[in-house]
Amino acid sequence: MAQSGNNGTPLLDELEKGPWPSFVTQIKEQAAKNAMCKDLLALLERSYREKVGHWKHGGIVGVLGYGGGVIGRYNDLPEEYPHIAHFHTMRVNMPSGWFYTSASLRTICDIWERHGSGLTNMHGSTGDIILLGTTTDQLEPAFRELTEAGFDLGGSGSAVRTPSCCVGPARCEWACYDTLHLTNDLTHTFQDELHRPAFPYKFKFKCSGCPNDCVAAIARADMSIIGTWRDDIKIDQAEVRAAAQAGLDIHRDVCARCPTQCMEWDGNTLAIDDANCVKCMHCINAMPKALAPGDDRGATILLGSKAPIVQGAQLSAVLVPFVKLEPPYRELKDLVQRIWDFWCENGKNRERVGELVQRVGLGNFLEAIGVEPLPEMLAYPRDNPYVFYEEYLEAEGDEGAAEPAAQ
Amino acid sequence: MAVTSETVADAMYAMIAEYQGKKKLKATDLTKAMIEKFGEAECDRQVCKAAIRTLIDSGKCVYTYFGGSYIELPHAEGAAQG
Repeated sequence: MAQSGNNGTPLLDELEKGPWPSFVTQIKEQAAKNAMCKDLLALLERSYREKVGHWKHGGIVGVLGYGGGVIGRYNDLPEEYPHIAHFHTMRVNMPSGWFYTSASLRTICDIWERHGSGLTNMHGSTGDIILLGTTTDQLEPAFRELTEAGFDLGGSGSAVRTPSCCVGPARCEWACYDTLHLTNDLTHTFQDELHRPAFPYKFKFKCSGCPNDCVAAIARADMSIIGTWRDDIKIDQAEVRAAAQAGLDIHRDVCARCPTQCMEWDGNTLAIDDANCVKCMHCINAMPKALAPGDDRGATILLGSKAPIVQGAQLSAVLVPFVKLEPPYRELKDLVQRIWDFWCENGKNRERVGELVQRVGLGNFLEAIGVEPLPEMLAYPRDNPYVFYEEYLEAEGDEGAAEPAAQ
Repeated sequence: MAVTSETVADAMYAMIAEYQGKKKLKATDLTKAMIEKFGEAECDRQVCKAAIRTLIDSGKCVYTYFGGSYIELPHAEGAAQG
């Protein structure tokens, strides 16, 4: 049996030094009452010593009827570390915005003490509650208790991943739509797609209430739904002057940092050229009492971001510049379905939807899903020589002076 | 649709059994193969979806994960083997 503890883990012990909480300390505490955690410490110490990882994942994916929610993990030295021969992860679908009662957290932890290692990640990068480490025979009993407590597994594999969102209107004055309601609605609407992998690869929804994008939807979701507004930024000039009197250098710290230089401060009045505002939120963040998003609020829908797994990383790109997001979200769901239909028909194995768009071309993709091309879909529409406006070309053609359109 | 989800499930099962150990099949592979086999007029994605659910819920097939999600006959946990 491998050794663990103070004498058996000199390298791990180093990670307990310093002022910050240590994962080693957490695992050691649990190792006092759970054999899995004892083996986990010993195997990690060995990995540090050998500079070799001893984990592999895959195979088992869920409980009966589910194609996701469990990430099978095994170590490659099961004879030496028998208590973690299996060390599966369970992903549990978190509530929108990660709101819990302390009682519900205790319930989850009690279930995991009974059926797993007792270790958790709150939360994983997917947003789910991550329950770390259990054996195959404990999956169904753990699932049964979780569902009896009102929880369900989240998504994994080639499926819709558990939709996640910022705290939205529950705790933030800048939410431009109800992220909590939309996330809850999407989760319920797409239960089948969440639990039964039917796609070429994963598909993530992340919902941010404003362009601050606190859940980093633009970088981490195949469909990023980011709140915005289309009227003018609301200005309280008295509060602007109060901010200046309190020491804020409005010209240097606000106007000069506006990415489109659309603001002017004359020492008494702040003027904003809203037509050129790109909704970066910098000025609003700098003067939260003086400025606020407009009243005509909705969201921008972007598509295609991903981490560099098969191909390189991508950020999402604008698909719908502005949409009012109100229940039952029919317009959004119809769009999602058209995207999935095209992706399922044309996507290669393990090809994310953003990679598909790059491969087939934005124009072909838009035509296939029935979305009109718009200048907002390009970073620099006024400078891009590959953008043509059909009406413009047709007008030239009518005059008989135009050259054939370049492609 | 003239073809039932049960008929499609049987055809899917036969295909999965034929390819077991040779090629891993995704839900999209099975769906495309069934639409080609029965024809678009007889079989669509919804029927295929119901057929897959029948196979999984009955335990005749299971989902697996090896870099992506696949549908296979139940077998000893792949990654646990060696």
